[in-house]
Amino acid sequence: MLVISITDKILICFKLLIMKILVCISHVPDTTSKINFSDNNTKFDTNGVQFVINPNDEFGLTRAMWFKEKQGATVTVVNVGGPETEPTLRKALAIGADAAIRVNTVATDGFSVAKQLANVVKDGGYDLVIAGRESIDYNGGMVPGMIAGLTSANFINNCIGLEIEGTSVKAIREIDGGKETLSTSLPLVIGGQKGLVEESDLRIPNMRGIMMARQKALNVLEPIDANAETTSTKFEKPAPKGAIKLVSPDNLDELINLLHNEAKVI
Amino acid sequence: MSVLVYTESEQGKFKKVAFEVASYAKAVANQLGTTVTAIAMNVNDTSQLAMYGVDKVLNVTNTQLDNFNAKIYANIIKQAAEKESTKVVIIGSSANSKYLAPLLAVELNAGYASNVIEAPSNISPFTVKRTAFTNKAFEFTQINTDVKIVGVSNNSFGLVESSGSATAEAFSPSLSESGINIESVDKVTGKVSIADAEIVVSAGRGLKGPENWGMIEELASVLGAATACSKPVSDLGWRPHGEHVGQTGKPVAANLYIAIGISGAIQHLAGINASKVKVVINTDSEAPFFKAADYGVIGDAFEVVPRLVEKLKAFKAQQ
Ligand SMILES: Cc1cc2nc3c(=O)[nH]c(=O)nc-3n(C[C@H](O)[C@H](O)[C@H](O)COP(=O)(O)OP(=O)(O)OC[C@H]3O[C@@H](n4cnc5c(N)ncnc54)[C@H](O)[C@@H]3O)c2cc1C
Ligand SMILES: Nc1ncnc2c1ncn2[C@@H]1O[C@H](COP(=O)(O)O)[C@@H](O)[C@H]1O
Repeated sequence: MLVISITDKILICFKLLIMKILVCISHVPDTTSKINFSDNNTKFDTNGVQFVINPNDEFGLTRAMWFKEKQGATVTVVNVGGPETEPTLRKALAIGADAAIRVNTVATDGFSVAKQLANVVKDGGYDLVIAGRESIDYNGGMVPGMIAGLTSANFINNCIGLEIEGTSVKAIREIDGGKETLSTSLPLVIGGQKGLVEESDLRIPNMRGIMMARQKALNVLEPIDANAETTSTKFEKPAPKGAIKLVSPDNLDELINLLHNEAKVI
Repeated sequence: MSVLVYTESEQGKFKKVAFEVASYAKAVANQLGTTVTAIAMNVNDTSQLAMYGVDKVLNVTNTQLDNFNAKIYANIIKQAAEKESTKVVIIGSSANSKYLAPLLAVELNAGYASNVIEAPSNISPFTVKRTAFTNKAFEFTQINTDVKIVGVSNNSFGLVESSGSATAEAFSPSLSESGINIESVDKVTGKVSIADAEIVVSAGRGLKGPENWGMIEELASVLGAATACSKPVSDLGWRPHGEHVGQTGKPVAANLYIAIGISGAIQHLAGINASKVKVVINTDSEAPFFKAADYGVIGDAFEVVPRLVEKLKAFKAQQ
């Protein structure tokens, strides 16, 4: 049965004109955080830790704002996590996203997070999904590719350039030792990183943005059933470093000797 | 049941990481009491793999695969995994391997652990040690799915030679739709990339300006190293973005990392800490890098580096 209501028709027309962008936001410890564990080294200790938008996602969000302002697009941000991630989503709203979604479940592993996000993408009919190449906490490097696989969208990882005209896409991907220029089409998922926009383009929320963010919708969705395919069982901190060996600038032969005979790296 | 390993190549030849991931696959196969099958795309001579424990090679030859395509490659590896009834797939940590891994995970409905640095600590439940929090910690991850994918971190496991021979078999998978076209590839030739490098020479704002990078390039060239830089250096446009290393740049897991005029901020160290041996050259003995490095020279880069280049040239000539 197919009944298309007037509002749906309007939405469909709207959709043809305006790209719907979903930006996946990972809520991560600030880059200066000291990392500690609790519960017998099985849990990340969030005590005293400041949380921020994952840096790779900040580049993606900024590129999304560019599309919104220059070409017309709606930008929704999404996080899979508990209520504690809402300030991070509010910050994304203050930067300029139109709406936010929080999928109300603890993010345990990349695959289950990707399943939750793929479900949001399918329900919302997004044309472009921007995620980060990697989160700086779990460093999985898997969520964007998995969303693409689960939604049968095209996928570009390590994306450092993105232009969209209608449904055709030109993108630049960083490869080991260079870059690659690619063409593809929407729907598309990217794993973004620095280069997508310049560092100087990043925005700090201003007062007006923060005020406006309070009025924007932050929808809490209940999760779908999704098994964790991996489980984190234990954490370890690196062994403390031994004392450094100092070599005088007048005795560089000694440095070469140490690197050759002791460290055996040259 | 055999362990499947994707052995990466470039222009018909294996990359060095192919032998490292093969060595890793052999260790897993020993733990599981099974054999290793490698899959290679357009490689002319695959016989070297036997030296690293591979028992069988699936050779895919198809000019349509000359350019890497993550979706097509992932789908081919899936077909190979199904043919071999594989339970564990081993891949590397190059940009290409990390690109195809999540697609492969979805295709095989497999749990995937990236940045793994040791052979599995346990086979049942299957548990691996990986780096997390950008090298500020290690995490033990248990993979719960029937089929598992392990991404091995560069220069972490090393090369392990074994004796034996490998059979080669032509493999002709079907090619899936790609959805993505490569318009052009812009790759610096004749230079070692950070990802492939065993030695990385990196410099920071202490170098004062882009015109001073000649000595850094020269040091790298004597050592056969890749060049890298700190974040402000690439933000200032002194060096290309591709050279920015650290928590928000490229990760470095080299055997030797030489930091010149870099203070050693926590975000910088996080990204390079997986390197085995670190050398710092800095005028300021209080620079935090001295707490993170193995060897250090307190001195002016403009004096130390040219001198080091000369001495290394003499050393290399003797070798
Ligand atoms: C969110 C975030 C993410 C970040 N991510 C990264 C990252 O991924 N990578 C990164 O590198 N940084 C990153 N940073 C920046 C980081 O905090 C530091 O600002 C940066 O690493 C400093 O770069 P530097 O060491 O080159 O410069 P400086 O801190 O200015 O240090 C220059 C050093 O050179 C020394 N020096 C000066 N003259 C000489 C000389 N003649 N010879 C020898 N030594 C000399 C000085 O003593 C000093 O120690 C990040 C910051 C933030 C906030
Ligand atoms: N819990 C989460 N909620 C929303 N997006 C996420 C979450 N975890 C990861 N992502 C997205 O996926 C990217 C890569 O994460 P990862 O695969 O964990 O390295 C991040 O940069 C985010 O864009």
